[in-house]
Amino acid sequence: MDAEKAAAADAGAHSTLRTPRRKANRRLFRAPSHLLHALTHAMEAEDLASRDGLLQSLDPRAKVAGALLMIIAATMLHSLIGLALLFAFAVILALASRIPLARLLKQVWLGVLAFTGVIALPSPFLVPGKVVATLPLLHWTITEQGLRSAAFLIGRAETAATFAALLVLTTSWPHVMKAMRSLGVPVAVVAVLGMTHRYIFVLMTTAAQMMEARRARQLGPLKPADQRRLIAGSAGVLMSKTLAIAGDVHMAMIARGYRGEVRLIDDFQFRARDGAAVLLAALVPAAIFWMQR
Amino acid sequence: MHIPDGYLSPSTCAVTFAAAVPFWYVASRKVGRMLNTKAVPLISVVSAFSFTVMMFNLPLPGGTTGHAVGMAIAAIVLGPWAAMLAVSIALLVQAVFFGDGGILAFGANALNMAIVGSAVAYGLYRLIAGTSALTSGRRVVAGAIAGYAAINISALMAAIEFGIQPMLFHDASGAPLYAPYPLSIAVPAMMLGHLTFAGFAEAVITAGLVAYLQRYDVDLLKASAPGRVAKGVASGWTGTRKLWLGLAALMIASPLGLIAAGTAWGEWGPEAFQHPEGRAEIAAASHNIAPPEAVPAGLEKLSSFWTAPIPDYAPAFMHSHAFGYILSALIGGGLIILTFLALSALAGRLRRATPDAA
Repeated sequence: MDAEKAAAADAGAHSTLRTPRRKANRRLFRAPSHLLHALTHAMEAEDLASRDGLLQSLDPRAKVAGALLMIIAATMLHSLIGLALLFAFAVILALASRIPLARLLKQVWLGVLAFTGVIALPSPFLVPGKVVATLPLLHWTITEQGLRSAAFLIGRAETAATFAALLVLTTSWPHVMKAMRSLGVPVAVVAVLGMTHRYIFVLMTTAAQMMEARRARQLGPLKPADQRRLIAGSAGVLMSKTLAIAGDVHMAMIARGYRGEVRLIDDFQFRARDGAAVLLAALVPAAIFWMQR
Repeated sequence: MHIPDGYLSPSTCAVTFAAAVPFWYVASRKVGRMLNTKAVPLISVVSAFSFTVMMFNLPLPGGTTGHAVGMAIAAIVLGPWAAMLAVSIALLVQAVFFGDGGILAFGANALNMAIVGSAVAYGLYRLIAGTSALTSGRRVVAGAIAGYAAINISALMAAIEFGIQPMLFHDASGAPLYAPYPLSIAVPAMMLGHLTFAGFAEAVITAGLVAYLQRYDVDLLKASAPGRVAKGVASGWTGTRKLWLGLAALMIASPLGLIAAGTAWGEWGPEAFQHPEGRAEIAAASHNIAPPEAVPAGLEKLSSFWTAPIPDYAPAFMHSHAFGYILSALIGGGLIILTFLALSALAGRLRRATPDAA
């Protein structure tokens, strides 16, 4: 993980170099806001994952299975009250695991609300049904069914995203990937995921450095057509570098005895409390299924 | 285009997942056999690449920016099967660790973008590029069209998945439980952005990458051009540039059709025969020969048989008539170009095949 932190810090340095804004060129590579967020998130998540809380004390396999069951429950529910209860349960789990709610608000709730909110916004006007109100001036009608469906969409998206975030915030990334084995994900896929995770940081840093180098050699802003040419060229260089890295990694793996079979070190311990957690998590969708029959 | 959780019902998620599994199985078998021990490192690193390419922000006309998904790039360089796996893995990492796209909806996202997107991109690229030289300008155009079509078909699939939700899933009061908009809203809302901005971004990135590789690393284009050697002269784009520009100008000029008065001769609908104004119009256009009293029986029967997907060139939800007209011209023109390119490629293949057989 040290290399990762170094990569994250490296990418961080690039973003600070970018601060004097040059109008036309600052948008070319978006690594920072989105990815840096994720990189720092990876480090902070490690800190959160090592805290002494409820979810942190569970086996990663129990958490992966539990998160999936809770997301299924949130998707299955046909009741807004049930959805609100499930969301409240996610908040209680976050508090019990010492995850600051401000963090969930910033990372999950606002983001989901911004995206899904825009999509759900026209729904009260467009979905046909019982009219409950009319907008003054515009004379658009608001229907009860439209309001309910907007609430369903936002409620489901928020609840599912919160459970997914709880999993990633209380479990280190390598553990999440290894725990996917328990869901029947093939071992080769888990190995590929682990390597992908590693090389995302390498390639992001490379791309940020390429953009930095280009900017350092350039006077004045580029025309949009030149910018597009630059992006396409950079993607091409990155592609060549990517395939070169793949070749190198392959040689290194062969040199270390890789013969096409993937082996993972599996050092998880499944205890009684993990079994209880999975059982509880399984009861929720089962109960919903039974009640909605 | 990453569908979050909560937009699709559990059954839709299950169906799309089940549809994706056979492709993953076949792809992993094929890639494993082809690449042997190289498969794991190659797929890993290319997934990371596909992830990184999505971070490149492309300036688009009109001052906005967009990013490419990169499925066409992966399909052209690696072939469709490896691209399916690499893009799927990139989508899985995004869903689990970045909250970009849902976890239950992963099957749907992978089906739309990784599987169908890669297959369409690869198929179109091969079809349009034909047996042209690796450095031919035709391959650049092929890359652009492949990228454009792939992202639009992915978006159309997502829109259909959204659009069928309100038909199938309601609560007791009739409120839609998942994505609330029917096909008539979901499809145009989704396609508007993809036919224009997102499609343009994907086309530029793919075409630019093909052009870059032609110049600096032509070996990478060999995977999608079996039996070709790297030689030949650049042609295609430069030679036909004026024709393409003319076509674009015609498409943009299409609202001129709105200024033209009346209906084109012979393009009357059954309702034109029923109103006095319509009858007068037909008579005036036909040397004052009065139209038949009743709607012709054949016309009446056939008019209910076929309804065009874009009736009268401006869909009902679109309030600006002129805009709907331009959009129809773009879609129609695009479809015609695609059909033509497909036919010419097919004809070229047949022509080459015949002398060999003789």
